[in-house]
Amino acid sequence: MSDVTVEVMEKKLVTNQRPTDAIVGESPLHHADLASIASQGPQEGGVHFCEHKLLGLLTLRCVPLPQQQEEIESLLGVALPMAPLTSVTKDDTSIGKVSVRWVGPDEWLIIVPGDEAFDLETRFFETLSGHFSLVNISGGSTVFDVSGDQVVSMLKKSIPVDLHIREFPVGKVVSTIFAKSGAIVCRLGENQFELVVRRSFADYLWLWVQDASREYGLVVKTS
Amino acid sequence: MSQRNRLQNGGRIDRSKSLTFTYNGKLLKGYAGDTLASALLANGVDIVGRSFKYSRPRGIVAAGAEEPNAIMQVGATEATQIPNVRATQQSLYDGLVAGTTNGWPSVETDLMEYVGKIGGKMMPPGFYYKTFMFPQSLWGTYESYIRKAAGLGRAPQDTDPDIYDKMNQHCDVMIVGAGPAGLVAALTAARAGARVIIADEQNEFGGSLLSSTETLDGKPAAEWIASVVQELASFDDVMMLTHSQVNGYHDHNFLTIQQHCTDQFADRAPNGQIAQRLHRVRAKWVVLATGAHERPLVYGNNDVPGCMVANAVSTYINRYGVAPGIDLVLMTSNDNAYRTALDWHDAGRNVVAVVDSRKNPQGTLVDAARERGISILVGSGVIEAHGSKRVTSVSIAPLNDAGDAVVGAIVKMKADTVATSGGWSPVIHLSCHTGARPVWNDAILGFTPGATVQKQLTAGAINGSFTTANALNEGLSAACEALSHLNLTKPDVSLPATQDIEEGEAMALFHIPHTKPTSKAPKQFVDYQNDVTAAGIELACREGFESIEHVKRYTAMGFGTDQGKLGNINGMAIAAKTLNQTIPQTGTTIFRPNYTPVTFGAIVGRDCGALFDPKRYTAMHSWHVEHGAKFEDVGLWKRPWYYPQGQETMQESLNRECLAVRESAGILDASTLGKIDIQGKDAREFLGRVYSNAWAKLAVGKCRYGLMCGEDGMVFDDGVTSCLAENHFLMTTTTGGAAHVLEWLEIYHQTEWPEMEVYFTSVTDHWATMTISGPNSRKLLEKLTDYDVSKDNMAFMDWKPMTVAGVPARVFRISFTGELSFEINVQANYGLHVWKALFEHGKAFNLTPYGTETMHILRAEKGFIIAGQDTDGSVHPFDLGMSWAVSMQKPFSFIGKRGMQREDCVRADRKQLVGLKTIDPNVVLPEGAQGVLDPKASIPMPMVGHVTSSYWSANLNRSVAMGFVKGGLDKMGERVFYPLVDGRVVEAEICSPVFLDPKGERQHV
Amino acid sequence: MFYIYCPHCCEHREEEEFHAAGQAHIPRPLDPDACTDKEWGEYMYFRKNPRGIHHELWVHSAGCRKFFNITRDTQTYEIKEVYKIGEKPSVVANAVEVQNSHTQNSSKTPLENTLESQSGATL
Repeated sequence: MSDVTVEVMEKKLVTNQRPTDAIVGESPLHHADLASIASQGPQEGGVHFCEHKLLGLLTLRCVPLPQQQEEIESLLGVALPMAPLTSVTKDDTSIGKVSVRWVGPDEWLIIVPGDEAFDLETRFFETLSGHFSLVNISGGSTVFDVSGDQVVSMLKKSIPVDLHIREFPVGKVVSTIFAKSGAIVCRLGENQFELVVRRSFADYLWLWVQDASREYGLVVKTS
Repeated sequence: MSQRNRLQNGGRIDRSKSLTFTYNGKLLKGYAGDTLASALLANGVDIVGRSFKYSRPRGIVAAGAEEPNAIMQVGATEATQIPNVRATQQSLYDGLVAGTTNGWPSVETDLMEYVGKIGGKMMPPGFYYKTFMFPQSLWGTYESYIRKAAGLGRAPQDTDPDIYDKMNQHCDVMIVGAGPAGLVAALTAARAGARVIIADEQNEFGGSLLSSTETLDGKPAAEWIASVVQELASFDDVMMLTHSQVNGYHDHNFLTIQQHCTDQFADRAPNGQIAQRLHRVRAKWVVLATGAHERPLVYGNNDVPGCMVANAVSTYINRYGVAPGIDLVLMTSNDNAYRTALDWHDAGRNVVAVVDSRKNPQGTLVDAARERGISILVGSGVIEAHGSKRVTSVSIAPLNDAGDAVVGAIVKMKADTVATSGGWSPVIHLSCHTGARPVWNDAILGFTPGATVQKQLTAGAINGSFTTANALNEGLSAACEALSHLNLTKPDVSLPATQDIEEGEAMALFHIPHTKPTSKAPKQFVDYQNDVTAAGIELACREGFESIEHVKRYTAMGFGTDQGKLGNINGMAIAAKTLNQTIPQTGTTIFRPNYTPVTFGAIVGRDCGALFDPKRYTAMHSWHVEHGAKFEDVGLWKRPWYYPQGQETMQESLNRECLAVRESAGILDASTLGKIDIQGKDAREFLGRVYSNAWAKLAVGKCRYGLMCGEDGMVFDDGVTSCLAENHFLMTTTTGGAAHVLEWLEIYHQTEWPEMEVYFTSVTDHWATMTISGPNSRKLLEKLTDYDVSKDNMAFMDWKPMTVAGVPARVFRISFTGELSFEINVQANYGLHVWKALFEHGKAFNLTPYGTETMHILRAEKGFIIAGQDTDGSVHPFDLGMSWAVSMQKPFSFIGKRGMQREDCVRADRKQLVGLKTIDPNVVLPEGAQGVLDPKASIPMPMVGHVTSSYWSANLNRSVAMGFVKGGLDKMGERVFYPLVDGRVVEAEICSPVFLDPKGERQHV
Repeated sequence: MFYIYCPHCCEHREEEEFHAAGQAHIPRPLDPDACTDKEWGEYMYFRKNPRGIHHELWVHSAGCRKFFNITRDTQTYEIKEVYKIGEKPSVVANAVEVQNSHTQNSSKTPLENTLESQSGATL
């Protein structure tokens, strides 16, 4: 099979999981037809919502030794955020926008452009030494962007962590429960948050966000 | 009816805003700023309910959360009905519809009253236990009678249209109560830059100051309140909640506040707005400034409408401009209550007399009463009120020094209102919620908050510091203490000057004696809401209930929504006296959350309707919906159950789906199976430890089925794990077990074997999984891939990477149906594309979608177990006849190995899983049916095991079943009988659970 | 509702983010096959239920997914300390108890000795 790349490096399997661009992927909120809501729905409101579709999402598990940290930094173009609950976002790396979210003491979520995931995976397995795991979860999660004057109020109905700007500054990331599901929540601005949610729960969380935003007005945007 | 008790001037009501409301079907008027209670009193409504046990008419006695009688049903429509609303806490709004919750047929003329009068003796304490216990068959009758009589209100029959939600809050200092202490504490904390939440149940801040005539800095207290409120509102980090009851104080400074957002303004919340919000607060420090409730005195017929708590009378006059009567008798054991006589007098009404139990009262307020020419009867008590629907007169008698005996002639005086005060009880309820035991304080004759491990401070009347000056001081010092813990600098706060009021010593008095013994005297109520009398408590004590907890349960004192706010201390004092103990020796019951009733709406929040529970969907869900699938809930997942066509019955659908798979090709959405990516050089060893079988030799490109057991040896999950690369595996789990299995792997890795180099990552949602199964499944797959999927290149239990319908896929040749099967995994974003492509090419093969039910039937035909259906946590692999899935030779003692070797696990007569072939092939055994070996055995028959899986097999044209039978593996060919509830006894033969293709030829093609 | 400090996330989080996983410091016997049924039963099923100081295993299931230990007063619900897997508690009801959590008799079997030497090493 010429069009399937199979690499067994570090005695692990890496496969490209994306077809050619001729086949369009369907994000977890595909059925919600957000584009129509964005064009026809309300244009003003306290909460803004958009789905960043089909990004490349990778879970890195590692307790990085100094050498590994250096290798990872050269691979990502950004240093791994080592302090708990921290993140980095860089718009202009060689592969475009790269975000890294601290998830646990040996776990990070890496977000890259969708078509960069496989290359990055491949380079990781080629380059990174020692014990680690890297798993492509691009199909398993999606990214919501919520913002607006009332976004904090909406989130206070949804997650139990303290969102005060002193306690939850820009750049902080937490994995927490979101309503009866969960999310990785990262503050991108005073009134802007990134929510990484699991595919199967995406519809529930979309319903929840709509409901929790009702009193403030919800504006759907296309990414 | 006009507002005949409304005063011309005064109060915090807005006389320019007239409101109309309906009470028991009558239209009445009130003003903005009224509570339902103050409006009812203004309109001269005396009776607001009938009592619980005796059906006696009851009136409003208090003005706040402690009101025991005025419990209303509120709501203009069926859908907006709210039971158990205290009229004293319900703000009046235009169009409010309220009614009494009891009274049958009406509160004014209640037939039950006559039963009550006769039945008084029939309903002593413990009447539930004594009267209604036997015969048990009549309990239903008794219950409906009691419930009707008790007037507990009713829930709406229609769906509540309002929105209730919850909000998580965090703060540095949570201040409960916005009276003088709370306001100063909030102001101090706010000025220091702390994040503050201050909540008060009332419609405005001010607490006791709102109902008093006191001045601060020589000006009406309202001016000081307004300035503090204004300043607090200017801080970004201060949240001010009115109409907000702090109802629960839970561990680690977690508090719940029920905020009435709109339901004090209208029957229904305006569109899109929230009716009530439950704030879930995590506070670094809590300041309880909850104030105190005045204690009424206990005397004969003290429940006749017109008998009120002294301070409540002042509140109605000063805050609401309502004087709830004409002729007042005030009975008191302290100076403070003289304010009520002064307020009544100053409102232009007649103070008949102040009846003071003390011989020689002296103090500023006593002097003020004397100056106004108010008659004061010292050393006396009101021993009895007269009247039925309203007080008409009172009997007053001199008391001895101890206040426990009448020592002189009775004087009868005309009065329509009796206000009483036995002192004040600190509102310690919240402080008790986390387990602190209250402490008796002789100086204030009340309980104060006990020692606590919470980060809790208290200020003001809750500490027994009843004067405004002390409350202000304590509010300041509590805030400063919190600030020092928070490392914040204490700001400048100057307290307003208060009036100097000297108060004489109060007398410890709870229960006014009568000329007759308590048991023969007119009823002296302690707990109005539960109809508990002084005589009842004395009886309980005499009957041997010595612990106050037992007295409470026997008499029902302090039960229910009341939680003993007015009556508890009096009840304890009476019990103490009867038991010849002090009050601290007698102890107190403690209070539980919630402080006042919370609506179910606020508890549920938005977790209702479509948001009740998450629904998890696969990437192909929309296709299933379009094709008419019926869904089954598996965990939170919505899985296609079966796909009915036309008018098919469920069984017809299943028959069609089952036959299609075995005859040609079917397809199942298997995306919900748990999937875990496992990487690391110790991954293989780890698998060997957590599965019961061997993994050392599984080659790259191969798949293997494994059983997962607990340390007790019992199977809890199963699935196929595939070797992707030497140090890389993909584990699958059951749909429902996915989260548990991942946590299981993590707990062993993190706590037992952290040295092992392995990581686990859930990829359940990442892969869309579709299983094509049936003799034509290979031909179908060949249409969509160039890859060689022949038997020679891709054998059973192989997995291969390939492109399917243009999408990179991992295809596993594993089978849960016993047919030739391919499990196609693609990244979920492309799942629907591949699924649809399969159908485009599937027509030639009658590709039939099948759901979980057909999957269950097909696997049962093959004798494959489902963990959780054929296992229940009490069966090990050998019980399942799956010894082939256990490797006792592995060097590491895998999880479950030791457990399954315990003495009990190797018994010969354990229940073992076998096939069950009914003698009548048309009979499908019910799952759960219990088997017996001798159907004629006497009851209780010795049972040998139950049916775990049972279906109609269209392929075999007979029923198939599996079940447990004691020693079943050695009983092949023997008979077992299933006596059913309908009287049938189904006979079955014990057989191999593999009903179809025992050699596995169909899947090895 | 507890407010629990996660030693990995380094901040307090709500109880709903966590799962309790039972009593802490119950190491799996190093050689299960050498255990008698009684010993295995003790390991499997017998747990303390103290009034007062108790050591518990919790997992930050909705957060960093790490297990860790809590010393908690079962009477007041105070969390006295949290500590990572492999660390020992500093707050103990009775120092001997934690060390010998499995040894109830004075005469120790070989298993009990292994348990003791292992106690606190990984759990």
